[in-house]
Amino acid sequence: MTLFAKRYFKSVFTRPFEWEELLRQSYLVANKSLLLVAVTGFILGLVFTLQSRPTLAEFGAVSWMPSMVSISIVREIGPVITALVCAGKIGSGMGAELGSMKVTEQIDAMEVSGTNPFKYLVVSRITATTLMLPLLIIFGDTVALLGSAIVENLKGGVSFVLYFNKVFDAITFNDLLPATIKSVFFGFVIGLVGCFKGYNCEKGTAGVGRASNSAVVYASMMLFVVDFIAVFISDIFFEI
Amino acid sequence: MEIEQSREVILEISDLKKSFGSNQVLDNFNLKLYKGENLVVMGKSGSGKSVMVKCLVGLIGADSGRITIKDKNITSLSQESLDLLRTEIGFLFQGSALYDSMTVRENLEFPLRRHKKRLQINETNEAIVLEALKSVGLAYAIDLMPSELSGGMKRRVALARALILKPSIIIYDEPTTGLDPITAKEIIALMNSIQDTYGTSALIITHDVDCARVVADRVILLIDGKNYIEGTFTELSTSTDAKVRAFFK
Repeated sequence: MTLFAKRYFKSVFTRPFEWEELLRQSYLVANKSLLLVAVTGFILGLVFTLQSRPTLAEFGAVSWMPSMVSISIVREIGPVITALVCAGKIGSGMGAELGSMKVTEQIDAMEVSGTNPFKYLVVSRITATTLMLPLLIIFGDTVALLGSAIVENLKGGVSFVLYFNKVFDAITFNDLLPATIKSVFFGFVIGLVGCFKGYNCEKGTAGVGRASNSAVVYASMMLFVVDFIAVFISDIFFEI
Repeated sequence: MEIEQSREVILEISDLKKSFGSNQVLDNFNLKLYKGENLVVMGKSGSGKSVMVKCLVGLIGADSGRITIKDKNITSLSQESLDLLRTEIGFLFQGSALYDSMTVRENLEFPLRRHKKRLQINETNEAIVLEALKSVGLAYAIDLMPSELSGGMKRRVALARALILKPSIIIYDEPTTGLDPITAKEIIALMNSIQDTYGTSALIITHDVDCARVVADRVILLIDGKNYIEGTFTELSTSTDAKVRAFFK
């Protein structure tokens, strides 16, 4: 996998650039996951607020709800949950697609036609997930906060304006920047693992299944490792 | 022999060796393809035919030996030069290998988009794609997806894709495998008509004796990774050698 990543970095900055395919993959990555991220984010915000409310009410700290929810979601829960959802959706899709292309000799056909399949298939996909995941995470966070605001509005009569004012008061640059940087790495990991597993798929339909499955498992596992490292580094530089 | 010496060699393999672990797949294999010739390489499954063609187009590296296509040694070419040389070769894969996320039109346009400028092709993509599809009798299938095509149609579209850059060499890897006898005959007829129309040289890898009988100018029998015998189809099919007879029976 390290060699695969090295090959990616070597290829990503060299000509020819597959702009058209990068654009197509970016659209597919974002478009395919949008609904899933929206639903997951909305339910996350809703459930998180509903579950936290009684405890905060016990301490008379319900007014802290927007701050607590927004910081938790923006810093940690939003990026991790969205990345896990995308690892399932995008990572497995890439593993299966490239795996089946490998098994049916489509990748060989591409190479024989004088096209570099690594650049066309792998570099464009990894770059697309790296660029799109931060946007999906920002979108997911926003929808999650909307879900939380709805609960607060219904249960506590807090207006949407007041809720989001409190959210913006609570969130600082030190919350947003590490989370955004982290999400770039999450995107890279999902694309890298999905493509690696698919591109190195074993022969046969069973190989495609294994590639797809292990893409999700390894990507999910690596997301937590990256998350741990990111939190560790953020702690040093951003005083969280 | 004199005739062979006067003809232009377009592709040559010399002393090719390839092994996977302890399994020696190709052992000093040699081959010469002359301009305008249909050369058939026959051998039973697992004899190293597909490995040989994959070495030939640089999909897998050989352990030793020399592969020359149009006087260029492919093992010493840069990636860019190899890609350019590959535009001179059309490759028909055993399983057709059509890009299943693209329509027939997009499948054919794919190599065109990449090499059109470099090869200084002035016609429109539409015209080139249609011409290639007409040559295989499938112009009506231009907007279909590969999943909507039958096995024979897929093979013909793959052939049209192999022809799209007007290559001088076509490599057929088991062109009739998996097809019913009637469709197989259609593909064989198509291979001959393509050679007549485009004047291509063809290297045909097959274990289909009927296919070899119709298309071969010359046949090489590959046994245990070596050139076992070489000659015309008639010479080989009337051979008294037990191994050759077993194959042609």
